[in-house]
Amino acid sequence: MFDASDPTRARAGSGSPPTLDPDRLIACPNCDALQHDAAVPVGAQARCHRCGTVLMAPRERAMTRIVMLAATALVLMVAAVFFPFLELSAGGMVRRSSLLDAVLAFSSGMMLPLTFATAALIIVLPTLRLAGIVYALAPMALGWHPARHAVPVFRLTQALRPWAMAEIFIVGVSVALVKVAGLAKLSFGPAFWTFAALVLVTVLSDNYMCRLTVWKTLEERRRP
Amino acid sequence: MSGPVPQQIPPALTARAAGLVACESCGRVHRDGIAQCQRCGAALHSRRPGSLQKVWAWLFAGIVVYIPANIYPMLLTTSFGRTTENTIIGGVIELIDYGSFGVALIVFVASVLIPVGKFIAIGYLALVVRPGARIGRGSGLRGRQHLYEVVEFIGRWSMIDVFVVAILAALVQLDFAATISPGIAAVSFSLSVAFTMLAAQSFDPRLIWDAEEGTAP
Repeated sequence: MFDASDPTRARAGSGSPPTLDPDRLIACPNCDALQHDAAVPVGAQARCHRCGTVLMAPRERAMTRIVMLAATALVLMVAAVFFPFLELSAGGMVRRSSLLDAVLAFSSGMMLPLTFATAALIIVLPTLRLAGIVYALAPMALGWHPARHAVPVFRLTQALRPWAMAEIFIVGVSVALVKVAGLAKLSFGPAFWTFAALVLVTVLSDNYMCRLTVWKTLEERRRP
Repeated sequence: MSGPVPQQIPPALTARAAGLVACESCGRVHRDGIAQCQRCGAALHSRRPGSLQKVWAWLFAGIVVYIPANIYPMLLTTSFGRTTENTIIGGVIELIDYGSFGVALIVFVASVLIPVGKFIAIGYLALVVRPGARIGRGSGLRGRQHLYEVVEFIGRWSMIDVFVVAILAALVQLDFAATISPGIAAVSFSLSVAFTMLAAQSFDPRLIWDAEEGTAP
């Protein structure tokens, strides 16, 4: 770990603001402090010299890993949506429900907007985000030029990040299980485990993601 | 600049002080007057215009819809012809009655502590960074930075209870024995979470550090 260096330090004492070359600087997105845009070695972390925010943390073969993990998560998502998620039996009746059923639970009358919200938060937005990551970064992993519109697509995946709530849904499922326990017998379907794996894989993929490094790579590989 | 520099944080040259504009999304630095980042295409603003107005607007909207979320039922359980209504707090009490203290704690933290804590934290941040604020000027900057990061990270976890309702309503459709359906509070609670998430996202974290710079506009 090292501090990104402070471009003012060398010029301390000069009264007027020094003229700086914007192309050789980066600014901390959190506190606006300028720093030299030095190459960060793989495995190291560059932190903002003022507020300590991690600016860059490139990892070895990060692009390949992010793309692989995001693609894996996409495949898992398909399985998680269509296979039975939970199975409930009470008084001789058995009810299987898939993720899709859970989403459609709000589909009556006034609850309709909630249906769209739930569907978006646990299925649509996570899928969109994963697909966007694969689209924007797969050519990077292979060493090609970025795909067409890779820049807006990657920006979209960044904006979607807080709104993709698959991991929160898993916690919600566990709470629901406890609540139902007194009422009926519950067992997990295959989709539950698939979904749990999906959450894990997504977290791993996000762990390798270093926003600033990805943006720099996208810019460097741009078609001339 | 008045007051001691806290925690040995060196006064830094910011992009704005140097007459440059930094991109919030990718960190690239541009000369002033460029509207769109050349690296990532995001709109460039030295400081987001109207950041605090948006924060206050979303925050008040979030607080307003949080009130019905607590008064009206979140969950309607019909069992053998009798319907019971459960508010958010009612659900927590029921879980305690079952003896599931851990789960009751999760729901309580997610549905009460986090939203209320968020209202207070966002309101506090918006108050202390406004131009001319007297409270703790130039001190505790790292603390505020951490508060902002925590608020941004933790806000979405409030959605747990809404998802619980969704799963229960999907699963428990056992005709006569038991049927669970969502109440209107589920809608207003999810809106409250969404609005406070938007409030946190509207906040420009660079405003926290402008207090140290002493050049808040």
